[in-house]
Amino acid sequence: MKAWRWVLLLIPGLLSAGEWSGFIELQGRYFPQQALDSDQSDQLVSVVLQPEYYQRWDKDKQSLLFIPFLRWDSEDDERTHGDIRELIWTYAGDGWETRAGIGKVFWGVTEALHLVDVINQTDLVENPDGEQKLGQPMIKLSLEQTWGILDLYALPGFRERTYPGEAGRLRTHPRVETDQATYQSDREERHIDLALRWSHYIGNWDIGLAYFNGTNRDPLLMPDLNNRGEVVLIPFYEQMHQTSLDLQATKGDWLWKMELLHRSLDSGSYNAATGGFEYTLVGIADSDMDLGLLGEYLYDDRGDDASTPFENDLFIGLRLTANDVEGSELLAGVIKDLDDDGWMFNLEASRRIGNDWKTSAQIRLWSDIPVDDPLYVFHRDDYLEFTLTRFF
Amino acid sequence: MKPILIPVVLFFAPAMALAATAEERGLEIAKEIEVRDTGFHDFKATMSMLLRNKHGEESLRDMRNQTLEVDNDGDKTLVVFDEPRDIKGTALLSFSHKAGDDDQWLYLPALKRVKRIASRNKSGPFMGSEFAYEDISSQEVEKYTYKFIDEGGHEGIPSFILERYPVDPNSGYTRQQVWVDKERYIALKIDYYDRKNSPLKTLVFRGYQQYLDQYWRADEMYMENHQTGKSTLLTWKQYDFRSGLTDGDFNKNSLKRAR
Repeated sequence: MKAWRWVLLLIPGLLSAGEWSGFIELQGRYFPQQALDSDQSDQLVSVVLQPEYYQRWDKDKQSLLFIPFLRWDSEDDERTHGDIRELIWTYAGDGWETRAGIGKVFWGVTEALHLVDVINQTDLVENPDGEQKLGQPMIKLSLEQTWGILDLYALPGFRERTYPGEAGRLRTHPRVETDQATYQSDREERHIDLALRWSHYIGNWDIGLAYFNGTNRDPLLMPDLNNRGEVVLIPFYEQMHQTSLDLQATKGDWLWKMELLHRSLDSGSYNAATGGFEYTLVGIADSDMDLGLLGEYLYDDRGDDASTPFENDLFIGLRLTANDVEGSELLAGVIKDLDDDGWMFNLEASRRIGNDWKTSAQIRLWSDIPVDDPLYVFHRDDYLEFTLTRFF
Repeated sequence: MKPILIPVVLFFAPAMALAATAEERGLEIAKEIEVRDTGFHDFKATMSMLLRNKHGEESLRDMRNQTLEVDNDGDKTLVVFDEPRDIKGTALLSFSHKAGDDDQWLYLPALKRVKRIASRNKSGPFMGSEFAYEDISSQEVEKYTYKFIDEGGHEGIPSFILERYPVDPNSGYTRQQVWVDKERYIALKIDYYDRKNSPLKTLVFRGYQQYLDQYWRADEMYMENHQTGKSTLLTWKQYDFRSGLTDGDFNKNSLKRAR
């Protein structure tokens, strides 16, 4: 922490030269079904503040990006939280780049599930889709050569996954007690993780090969008693090796995508894959609108023992892009478990209002989920979400 | 024998010259436009688009453009969006090609995700504007076939009038009629005809300025859609030629750095 305080001290001196931007967001969620637990609420109001400071100097070779994040939630104390999404210094050399600080990295190509994306921890209280991430302390060296881009990461400091609190919806029963998380490594959250990734494109093909060695971002949840004697789930973070491949072929109106990984852990090694296509119909019905058709298959060779609900599932989706002034978009999809009757439905839509405002809506439904499926905990947590965002 | 040959030659010569004036002469002019615009190496500029619908409602797009000339292929371009605010920091990297689809990657800053996108959709609106991607992407000679139509004038400037026909079957146009300044070899006006060959849009270039004593760039490009009544005014500012950009400024990492 001391190092970060030192960096924070530097910031006021830099303030004058950089630029501030960011957004403030009002969110409402409504859960039509009664929760499993009477402590859980049926609706929430929430506010996000996410300013962003950016400065570059030294002929744009160096830059500093700072993105703090704050959420207040009317119901769930765990969802009321803050984070430093990014506080990162970048130096761009000639054919190389280095970054140091708290950053965010995305790996992968598929839409329904981001299988190989492993650097940042999921900020799960934000959204059950897992796309929101916590800032990860990192030192990164990147070589940009004719043979591709090679990224080397040292990741000092592990971030624990966030889980909804007692009053929150979209949580396990019993709930997860994050305060009592345990680790396989004696260094616990101070274990230094290492990762490397090579990525390149050859004609229509984009390829990424990666290796990660460190603390598994996905904890095992162990039933136990907490300090107050309540039955809770306690996260256990194992060490793991992950080798992954992500591949995309871009052929005309078709995108073909695949992600593969092998993970080895003490609790068992496994392989997982996800892959499919996105086909875009350009200018449907003589309009400016594009309609994308998406299909992806999700596989995990642990089968029913998988910690993920997506072990033999099919995703089918539609992406409607209006190409209008408001940038209206709609993405709707169903993920169907091929081994049982369970399915989930997702809808995300957004539209800009003027230059500085945006509205978005989300609907998530879970249906016919069998009791032994990891998604069962959500079976009464269907929800509608509405968000209004003001950018500045 | 000789006196007989001469009338024969005279008879054929005008026909041959005519053949050269249609497709060949069109192509010649297109090549001359390219030759005169070759060698700038790179430039940076800001672009702003004022979108207006038929009710007069306006919307603004601000972006920054970096372009690198590539020998024997289309240019490499990096565009970073500043406005509207919700897409601030979004960036588009394009490697355009003389033949076939361009390579395009889109960077989404909120997710830190670089997405390779299908570039075949070149006919759709660019950022909700009246410009299609194919209107503002690197204009390579090979992307069209040509035909010289006539000589004429645009706002008093003596011009060649050519027609060009997109080679790419995914183009939104059957043909474009281009007014080319006879002296400077730059486009002054383009009429676009849609897939049904109906008049669709007109683009007028205004305020040409010369950079590095050679390269002409218009300060303003005004696109009007005759079918919808919408228009977009694209304004280019802060041109900086030979700003020192290299290949290394146009890869997936620089796309993430761009903002």
